[in-house]
Amino acid sequence: MEQFFATLGIWLGALFTFAIFSFLYKDNPFYKTAEQIFVGLSAGYWSVYTIFFILIPNLYEPLTQNFNANWIKLIPAILGIMMLLRLIPKIEWVSRFPLSIVIGTTSGVFFLRYLKSDVLNQLTATMINPFLGESWVIVIGKIMLIIGTICGVVYFYFSKKHIGALGVSAKIGIYFLMVSFGAAFGYTAMARISLLIGRLQFLLGDWLGIIQP
Amino acid sequence: MGKAKQIDRRWLFLLIFFGVAFPLIFTLGLPLETTKNVQMVYDLIDNMPKGSKALISFDYDPASMPELHPMAKAIVKHCFDKDINLIFTAMWPMGVQMADDIIYQLKDDYPDLEYGEDYVNLGFKAGGMITIQSMGKNFREVFPKDMNGNNIDELPIMEGINNFSNIGFVFSLSAGAPGIKEWVQIAHDAYGRPTSGGVTGVSAPAILPYVNEQQQLTGLLAGLKGAAEYEILLKAPGTAISGMDAQSAAHLIIIIFIIIGNVNYWRNKKAEKMGGK
Repeated sequence: MEQFFATLGIWLGALFTFAIFSFLYKDNPFYKTAEQIFVGLSAGYWSVYTIFFILIPNLYEPLTQNFNANWIKLIPAILGIMMLLRLIPKIEWVSRFPLSIVIGTTSGVFFLRYLKSDVLNQLTATMINPFLGESWVIVIGKIMLIIGTICGVVYFYFSKKHIGALGVSAKIGIYFLMVSFGAAFGYTAMARISLLIGRLQFLLGDWLGIIQP
Repeated sequence: MGKAKQIDRRWLFLLIFFGVAFPLIFTLGLPLETTKNVQMVYDLIDNMPKGSKALISFDYDPASMPELHPMAKAIVKHCFDKDINLIFTAMWPMGVQMADDIIYQLKDDYPDLEYGEDYVNLGFKAGGMITIQSMGKNFREVFPKDMNGNNIDELPIMEGINNFSNIGFVFSLSAGAPGIKEWVQIAHDAYGRPTSGGVTGVSAPAILPYVNEQQQLTGLLAGLKGAAEYEILLKAPGTAISGMDAQSAAHLIIIIFIIIGNVNYWRNKKAEKMGGK
């Protein structure tokens, strides 16, 4: 029986893959059906997951098993219910309170972390002696890092017209930005092709058995 | 000079499809070199003392499996080879199943592995950065039980593990947020633990700056190529290496069509100019 369901799963996977791929030719009922089933399944899966793996273990069980030690969890529970009240137009305004707490807390926590990791540590990482390197390639890399960082930041300085030395630096900054956009495009192309490779490895391996899965 | 015709993009899709399929069936064995970032990850794990404990966070779901699963398998395999005990966790709900699947795939290679002794799966916890921050203070507060409902105080692997200071290194397999960025911000920048990871190709450019002089990240595996490089270092060829021929073939097709597109653009521009005269 287990084998039967495993095989059925592989066949369904293959058929749905083709149904989704068929959109590349043009929109059609097979694609539409696969899309709707995916949306429905996802909604059902996440509803069940949220109840059984988030609400029950994190709220229901602690409250029912040891209320005295966990009563504080009632506060987020009430805030959660208040958030859901935005579904009732007359008392929609109540949801603003939990929302404001979420926004305030998140910005407070994130501000400190991002300031340290993305500003201070990143800046410190560029304050280096570029001539201390094992090879000339590393030295050039370090020099490029410093020039790229400074010129990139200069490009985003808008309080003075980009002319003269500032204009040249900004122009160099643009070139560095262009290179980074190119790298980002390259990585994105690689990622998308990787997804196709994954699907084809499934079709040719698990489904058809032509290659080793 | 006539105006160049547009190619129906469906031909390109078909070409990419066959361009990827053929190298998967008929292996080309194109050369592949390892890079410094991948070597750094390898060295981090390879230099860990026997019996160390590492935390691996599965922050992805099936949508990113083709890229992240091969690297997850290679990393876990390397850790088991080096006798490093692994604590699995997930900031993405389906990461739990991803970790389980890796163990399922490796169970034949490591038949003596004991759950709770050599590895443990703590499961998923919502909250992202806040959850990681709480783990830094007290593991037990965030994960009093593992994913099977076992009290973590009863698991030998969790003995002496109270916070990040008891962990050798942290490794995040990340497909977005919450993921590797949050681990860097908390595990490394706040608690000073060596942190490394593997990411999808799409997120690599945003994460690579963390591999810097400050060692916010100790190396990085980026996309399928990162996974393939790690398989080479590990001398354990897997799906990543076999996929790299297809990757190269597809890139070649894309490059050729970018050139054709630019030539067409140039010809059209010239034709328009001549027509204008």
